[in-house]
Amino acid sequence: MKKIALSVLMTALLAACASTPAPVTDPNANQTTGNTSNTGSEITTVDATGTTGVKLDPRLSDPSNILSQRRVYFDYDSFTVKSEYDAMVQAHAKFLVERRDYKIILQGNTDNRGTAEYNLALGQKRADAVAKLLLALGVNENQIEAVSFGEERPLENGDTDEAWERNRRADIVYNGEQTK
Amino acid sequence: MKMLKQFLRGLVAATLLAAGAAHADMTIEVVGVGSQQYPIAIVPFKNEIGLAQAITPVVGTDLGNSGLFKVIPAGDVAPQPFSSSEINFPALQAKGAQTALVGQVIPDGNQVTVRFWLVDLATKQELIAFEKRGNASQTRRLAHQIADMIYAKLTGKTGAFASRIAYVLKTPGRYQLQVADSDGYGAQTVLASRKPIMSPRWSPDGGKLAYVSFEKEKPIVYVHELATGKRIEAANFKGSNSSPAWSPDGKKLAVVLSKDLGSQIYVINADGSNPRRITQSGEINTEPSFLADGRSIVFTSDRGGSPQIYRQSIEGGEAVRMTNSGAYNASAKVSPDGRSMTYVTRSNGYRVAIMDLASRQSMVLTDTNADDSPSFAPNSQMILYETDVGRRGTLAIVSADGRIKQRLKAQGGEVRQPAWGPMLR
Repeated sequence: MKKIALSVLMTALLAACASTPAPVTDPNANQTTGNTSNTGSEITTVDATGTTGVKLDPRLSDPSNILSQRRVYFDYDSFTVKSEYDAMVQAHAKFLVERRDYKIILQGNTDNRGTAEYNLALGQKRADAVAKLLLALGVNENQIEAVSFGEERPLENGDTDEAWERNRRADIVYNGEQTK
Repeated sequence: MKMLKQFLRGLVAATLLAAGAAHADMTIEVVGVGSQQYPIAIVPFKNEIGLAQAITPVVGTDLGNSGLFKVIPAGDVAPQPFSSSEINFPALQAKGAQTALVGQVIPDGNQVTVRFWLVDLATKQELIAFEKRGNASQTRRLAHQIADMIYAKLTGKTGAFASRIAYVLKTPGRYQLQVADSDGYGAQTVLASRKPIMSPRWSPDGGKLAYVSFEKEKPIVYVHELATGKRIEAANFKGSNSSPAWSPDGKKLAVVLSKDLGSQIYVINADGSNPRRITQSGEINTEPSFLADGRSIVFTSDRGGSPQIYRQSIEGGEAVRMTNSGAYNASAKVSPDGRSMTYVTRSNGYRVAIMDLASRQSMVLTDTNADDSPSFAPNSQMILYETDVGRRGTLAIVSADGRIKQRLKAQGGEVRQPAWGPMLR
């Protein structure tokens, strides 16, 4: 096993020396290329770290109100909303029926086992499961968007059963809210 | 073995000397080498010390990292040869070398000309005699191209040193989509966000990246022009938009949309227009990758009860199951030469595997437990992937035969979701 630092391999003294007959010239040298081609030129950075904030109904953030609860946890390999979340889901449905001007994004999440892209599709099934319940309770389709974050937004890092459990969930996010 | 020790001693000395010099954004650690290595003596080029980046250290590192070369530093041969006619053959052969690289740099304003020779020490034959001209600020690129020429001449296969990689760097509260040279140098940030970024994919011409960004609280597929930073939302339908894949002609993208319930694969034009649904069955169809002819894709589907890889024409028709062993096969990518596909298989852990598309023979290449996002080098011979080292995302490279293994170690943060881009021009 050898470890190679990329910084510098070797330094050396250079002695003066007579030049020799020119070898073959690279036919591609000095070619000019357009902006979008693969020349490895400078890259322009796009900054998408800005934040926006919207004032929402205070009930949504009042810790004593059930509407402040936003998480549905799922069993391993399961996409069924357990009955312990009935009251919470019903409360959000009631709120959304009352406030047709409010919209939510349901964000499905998974643990980190398996490929990130397949997990994104698995998380979608969890978000879809919560969406179906809300639709059945009278929420309009245009108030709900079910999406997935897959394994990209864990509540807990690590490869323990406990961490995995915490990460298998769907989050209810009201439009205009900032998540972590 | 003695040669290796001397080489490593030289390395330590050089590293100490270079303290404070520009550092790599990632360093490559070679953890497995080829069964046969070509011993090559590298003599520092005349005048290269004055360059923004000296040529021969980069060439030596490239060849050494490939696992196929034993690089023998030959800066101590006196007098130093700077052309093929000045080589002292016995002196270099005594170092155990079979070939030698010598050369010289001729500065010319903001341009630079590099003349170099690769010489067979036994026959004294010039294997390469070449002159390259380029921008004096981009001598690192010239060095990668020289390394590619040497690699091709001696191994008979195409090199991939003059190429770039893209990956997502995650530090607390911050995600950066970065592009770096294939050796981890020169990282530049393409997109910075507080929200996750995933699935970068190079356009076939290397000028654009398609990727998924969650900056609007949902996954949206963007197509981003690297030079200008100009980008479009290529797929922003209701629900999730994920897992983009370029068609070989760069005109179309396969994407995964959840707008019609479940996850289904669509083909869209690269500007986002004209979405056309490709998959019809299963709740999950994702991770598309085009075959070389552009007419078919491979993808992951749960239609058989577990994630497996299927192949289907983009004009419709039956999907053919490609993977028949194991309960989890996903994240397939077809090689640029169209002959094989790499994918993740669950075999104890989640590991990188390769399948020959004609014979359907497959082989597990890694022994790690949380591999993801494998992608081929432009020469189809190496596979870059994400793995977990000490519960931290890091990048690794394995050769298509499983023998050569490298790890790209980042300075800080997690590095995930790599994609190996096409050759630089």
